[in-house]
Amino acid sequence: MLRLDCLRSVYLELEDCLVVTIMGAVAAELQSLGHRPNFFYLQHAMGLASSTGLGLALCLPEQRVIVFDGDGSLLMNLGSLSTMARYRPRKLVHVVFDNESLLSVGGFPTATSTGTDLEGIARAAGIPRVATVRSVDNFKVAVTDAMQGTELTTIIAKVEAKGPAAYVSDLSLLENRFQFRRHIQSLKGH
Amino acid sequence: MPVSLTNSKLIYDALKACDIRLVSALPETWLLHLIRLADEDPEVTLVRLAKEEEGVGVSAGAHFAGVKSAMLMQNHGFLASINGIVSFAHLYKIPLLMLISYRGSFGERDPWQTQGGNVTEPLLRALGIPYSFLDSVETVKKRIRQAQALSESSLQPVALLLTRDLMWEE
Repeated sequence: MLRLDCLRSVYLELEDCLVVTIMGAVAAELQSLGHRPNFFYLQHAMGLASSTGLGLALCLPEQRVIVFDGDGSLLMNLGSLSTMARYRPRKLVHVVFDNESLLSVGGFPTATSTGTDLEGIARAAGIPRVATVRSVDNFKVAVTDAMQGTELTTIIAKVEAKGPAAYVSDLSLLENRFQFRRHIQSLKGH
Repeated sequence: MPVSLTNSKLIYDALKACDIRLVSALPETWLLHLIRLADEDPEVTLVRLAKEEEGVGVSAGAHFAGVKSAMLMQNHGFLASINGIVSFAHLYKIPLLMLISYRGSFGERDPWQTQGGNVTEPLLRALGIPYSFLDSVETVKKRIRQAQALSESSLQPVALLLTRDLMWEE
């Protein structure tokens, strides 16, 4: 299963969500499908995408928030699972692309390649709904179900360690950040 | 408990007066009243963290949502947050109002706090983080208001060091 195919399978559903991604391949591939003002790419600060999603979800409880995380980033901030589980915002969906690799920096294997089970960790942390998916069809079903559901969900998507040809785009970090915030403020005005 | 409840309330009321509606925190002795006040306040969302660096992400999310937030942490929590401060708050120009209990400074009796006390101000300076002190009852309200204003206008982290003189009754 390729991450790009997973992202493509739910791309249209993302229109009404606030989307936070981690750096590297996830950000580049989502952007390659077409940037939107409701997408924020956290191009550094590994581990904090889920914390950012939590902050958004707690402050905007009626707004669907989806975080595209990765195994390397989540392993840097496993405590985030326990914090999310503590407050369990009902409209937060946490997707973890697990390619068992720190792909963007040269493909070094992460601990999920030697047996660390992120689904088990998420469940044990208290995340109310947890699943692992291994096909694009199952990914699409799991994500769209979670987006329509009313429980904090973590979905582990096992993907191949393949990334995009290029990581740098012409969207500056600050342009993305200001556009994202302005988009949210415009939603609140409605 | 010799942590000053009166002065903790003073700080808390000053935060509320700045329209702070989300507080992230990790417990430490000097912060216990502040955290309890936030927990008991229906107008404020308290986020109890596993590690202080998470608070950078939580506050960024709050900022994007248009909610003013504050972070309560010990200076060792500030040390644990530095990558998030640099590679999120500084990189993306995110305002953070950091209230940092200044352990390990003059009067400290716990040996384990002392090394963190030594490096707190040098690190704030090295990171280019504007900082000031909460050290007297008379200036608490004004300093918090000023720190919050600077953080919002400059879109950057600003620190207030909570001192023993204010927090501790001996």
